[in-house]
Amino acid sequence: MANQIAAFFAAYPHEEAVACTADHMRQFWDPRMRQALLDHVGVHGRGLVPIALEAARRMAAMDGASPPPTPKTPHSTRSR
Amino acid sequence: MRTNPRDQGTPARSESTTVMLEIDGIPISVPAGTSVMRAAAIAGTPIPKLCATDSLEAFGSCRLCLIEIAGRRGTPASCTTPVETGMQVRTRTQRLQRLRRAVMELYISDHPLDCLTCAANGDCELQDMAGAVGLREVRYASSGASHLDLSTDASNPYFSFDPSKCIVCSRCVRACEEQQGTFALTIQGRGFASTVAASANERFIDSECVSCGACVQACPTATLMEKSVISMGQPAREVKTTCAYCGVGCGFVAEIQGDQVVRMRPDRDGKANHGHSCVKGRFAWGYATHRDRVLEPMIRDSISEPWRKVSWDAAIAHAASEFRRIITEHGRGAVGGITSSRCTNEETFLMQKLVRAAFGNNNTDTCARVCHSPTGYGLKTAFGTSAGTQDFDSVAAADVIMVVGANPTDAHPVFASRLRRRLREGARLIVLDPRRIDLVRSPHIEAAHHLRLRPGTNVALMNALAHVVATEELIDVDFVRERCDQTEFQRWLAFVGHADNAPETTAAITGVPASAVRAAARLYASGGRAAIYYGLGVTEHSQGTTMVMAMANLAMATGNLGRPGVGINPLRGQNNVQGACDMGSFPHELSGYRHVSDSTARAAFAEAWGVELEPEPGLRIPNMLDAALEGSFRGIYIQGEDIAQSDPNTQHVTAALAAMECVVVQDLFLNETASYAHVFLPGASFLEKDGTFTNAERRISRVRRAIPPLAGMADWEVTVALSNALGHSMHYAHPSEIMDEIARLTPSYRGVSYAALEEHGSLQWPCDEAAPSGTPVMHADGFVRGKGRFMITRYVPTEERTGPRFPLLLTTGRILSQYNVGAQSRRTDNVVWHEEDVLEIHPHDAENRGIRDGAMVSLASRSGETALRAHITDRVQPGVVYTTFHHPETGANVVTTEHSDWATNCPEYKVTAVEVRPTNRWSRWQVESESRRRQRDQIIEPST
Repeated sequence: MANQIAAFFAAYPHEEAVACTADHMRQFWDPRMRQALLDHVGVHGRGLVPIALEAARRMAAMDGASPPPTPKTPHSTRSR
Repeated sequence: MRTNPRDQGTPARSESTTVMLEIDGIPISVPAGTSVMRAAAIAGTPIPKLCATDSLEAFGSCRLCLIEIAGRRGTPASCTTPVETGMQVRTRTQRLQRLRRAVMELYISDHPLDCLTCAANGDCELQDMAGAVGLREVRYASSGASHLDLSTDASNPYFSFDPSKCIVCSRCVRACEEQQGTFALTIQGRGFASTVAASANERFIDSECVSCGACVQACPTATLMEKSVISMGQPAREVKTTCAYCGVGCGFVAEIQGDQVVRMRPDRDGKANHGHSCVKGRFAWGYATHRDRVLEPMIRDSISEPWRKVSWDAAIAHAASEFRRIITEHGRGAVGGITSSRCTNEETFLMQKLVRAAFGNNNTDTCARVCHSPTGYGLKTAFGTSAGTQDFDSVAAADVIMVVGANPTDAHPVFASRLRRRLREGARLIVLDPRRIDLVRSPHIEAAHHLRLRPGTNVALMNALAHVVATEELIDVDFVRERCDQTEFQRWLAFVGHADNAPETTAAITGVPASAVRAAARLYASGGRAAIYYGLGVTEHSQGTTMVMAMANLAMATGNLGRPGVGINPLRGQNNVQGACDMGSFPHELSGYRHVSDSTARAAFAEAWGVELEPEPGLRIPNMLDAALEGSFRGIYIQGEDIAQSDPNTQHVTAALAAMECVVVQDLFLNETASYAHVFLPGASFLEKDGTFTNAERRISRVRRAIPPLAGMADWEVTVALSNALGHSMHYAHPSEIMDEIARLTPSYRGVSYAALEEHGSLQWPCDEAAPSGTPVMHADGFVRGKGRFMITRYVPTEERTGPRFPLLLTTGRILSQYNVGAQSRRTDNVVWHEEDVLEIHPHDAENRGIRDGAMVSLASRSGETALRAHITDRVQPGVVYTTFHHPETGANVVTTEHSDWATNCPEYKVTAVEVRPTNRWSRWQVESESRRRQRDQIIEPST
């Protein structure tokens, strides 16, 4: 779903798309869903498109949590 | 009484100029165009009539309403004679009395004289008029030719047609034409041989009649008569209320004997329906007293055990104890609730209050999640308000009507009748739908354009329409400059004007020829006042929200907002979808659409409720189900919803329910979800409680108790009891007090109270100090958010794809006689029209698979498999199949997937890749679910 949100905002300039994707998840996702995304990003982030990945990190920063580390494996195209 | 003393004979006229005349010496002033009959009724000197009624245009056939006019020869019919200045009319002279008696004598000579045993005795206009004209004898021999031996057609389950009592006044025929627009009835034959006939002289059940009841309502005799009245007799009292079916929210008068409903009469004062009805609202209310109603609370320790009947106190205490245990063991986020669009605003408000205040989290959601949640998100983003822009009356001013992903004649029939009336008056119609809905071609109506797109390509098509508007200089430049955000508009303009969105490019995606798209866009943009009406064919997609925004873009670009005849209008599926959303049912916002992170709004609720509220959004329904399977969500209170039948991927839903430790279901019946419940709390039907519904045009209407709650408690009382048992105190003496709290905490409802609703009949929000009488048309002077916001709506294909295993696309919808999961309508005689769900398949696809019409077929997707009968029709296009989801035995949602809208999680019901093949057996899921149903229905009677 993070990829779907990112796909909608991808029509906007990159920085705006990342911010809007992060903001959307903060406004509509229960904290445990956001944490699950951050955990996923922290492990490998596989399947997330770049805007979604950046948005997850942005979200973590906005929430005051430690940004997840950069994934070490390449992304596939499957969504979370 | 059906005979209406307020009936003024002919419809009101709205001309601003008035005409002065004199009737029986009484001076009277009425609008120009008014009939003498109506003017006389207003003057207090009503003229006898039979073929006239003020819900229909004058016809002038019965010759009973004759009058004399000074200076004119003859005795014209008052119903067809318009008033003129200075006219002097006499309605009662010896000559007129003699003529009327002669006319009545002829009518009565061919009418059974069985008044004492007639079902219409005391409610018969023929009887009334015989008295009014002073008929004392009938001189014509009874041995002459007559219609007295004609036999009764009792084929319709709800009303009978007895032609021996017919006076051939044509009121039924005209009601079918003018009010309903079906044209199912006619007068066949000539002169004395004239009789009313359904279709080509068929039985009513076999004819084109849609059983809306308009003909029954219009009949002045007992010719067309409700079977309930025939069997029970005339009602003794009546209660005004609001229909509990679709989002039109028709006003009704419940006519009652003791504690039994005899008849539901559409309310002529109802502002949503103006006296019209459909087969569901008018006739399909028998479910309220169906033998399947569960009237005693029940509990069980596990879903494999039989139910034990217990007292209300025991059931409430058990539910509260279980929720408290789960919260203690797993945290307060482990429980939640689902409110229902079938419940009142007051009940819904209390449900989300219980979740937020007693559970202490925001895990509240509503069935709008699975229907119109993208409407809320999309329209709020574009305009600032999560609601449609118009009232229903607005359609009468539209010049171009675009129907997108909606099937109003089946799903919103009363509104469809008004829409069709406008189309017959000359408005042009554009239909965007993969399927050939009835509206595309029906009596006296033909769509100017039917853009028959492939399922899942809405956004590409809407962008193509906008591309034409943007590139052919069809934009309303002044409107956009004054009303819209210019930065966003310029970005949208650059996006939509790109060649990717040209109809010639999108044709390969949508399957709609570019020429048709261009013609439709030109018509919408330049055909006058253009209105968009849409349904779940828009929202139930992975790009549902994007499509709502794309339509908002089109309306803003062409200036079609803020006045009668235009706008963006969601046709809400259920009676109180709008209200449930207004009441703060969603997990991210409080009532009045204020986000839970809004500290000011939260503080107001905290002060009123005496608890601090959680500032983070809670779980949506699909998230609750996922969390249940993951183990972090373990208890749920479900009021008036059947998610095991209505939500997508049934096996996922039921696995999640089975994983929970406490499922509390509050409903009229043991529904599919109850198979997985531990506590069952009996619900109350709309006839048994007080409250309000808010319909698709934001109209708040009263629901009034017509009969006592059969199980002893109204739904709001049950929620109060559960909240108190959980330790959060709630005290209300009446639902009016709940509405007072809603008004205090919800800006758009600030002016709403039961007293105000009594005064106005109904109110459309926003209703506040600035608009104490409500707001029929929104955004008249400016958008609620300030400047209208264009959004970039790039087409993103759904991840649900066809392939070799699943080469067809399934789309789902509703049928006229049934309603959603069918819990109500399946328990009525409406099953004679739709006793099972069937699969529509194109002849080409059927032939390729060796499928015969009526044969059993397997319908399989990546989610699951079911079996049902096939109906071969070219209503669907090649490659697309269609079914309804009314019957649990079919379980259409076993097949649908968990793909959902990016913004709201609204499921993508409208696009599922499937394969269809002949079969001779039920699917494994169907066999197992039948077994579960038998287990669900096991109840241990308490020992006495």
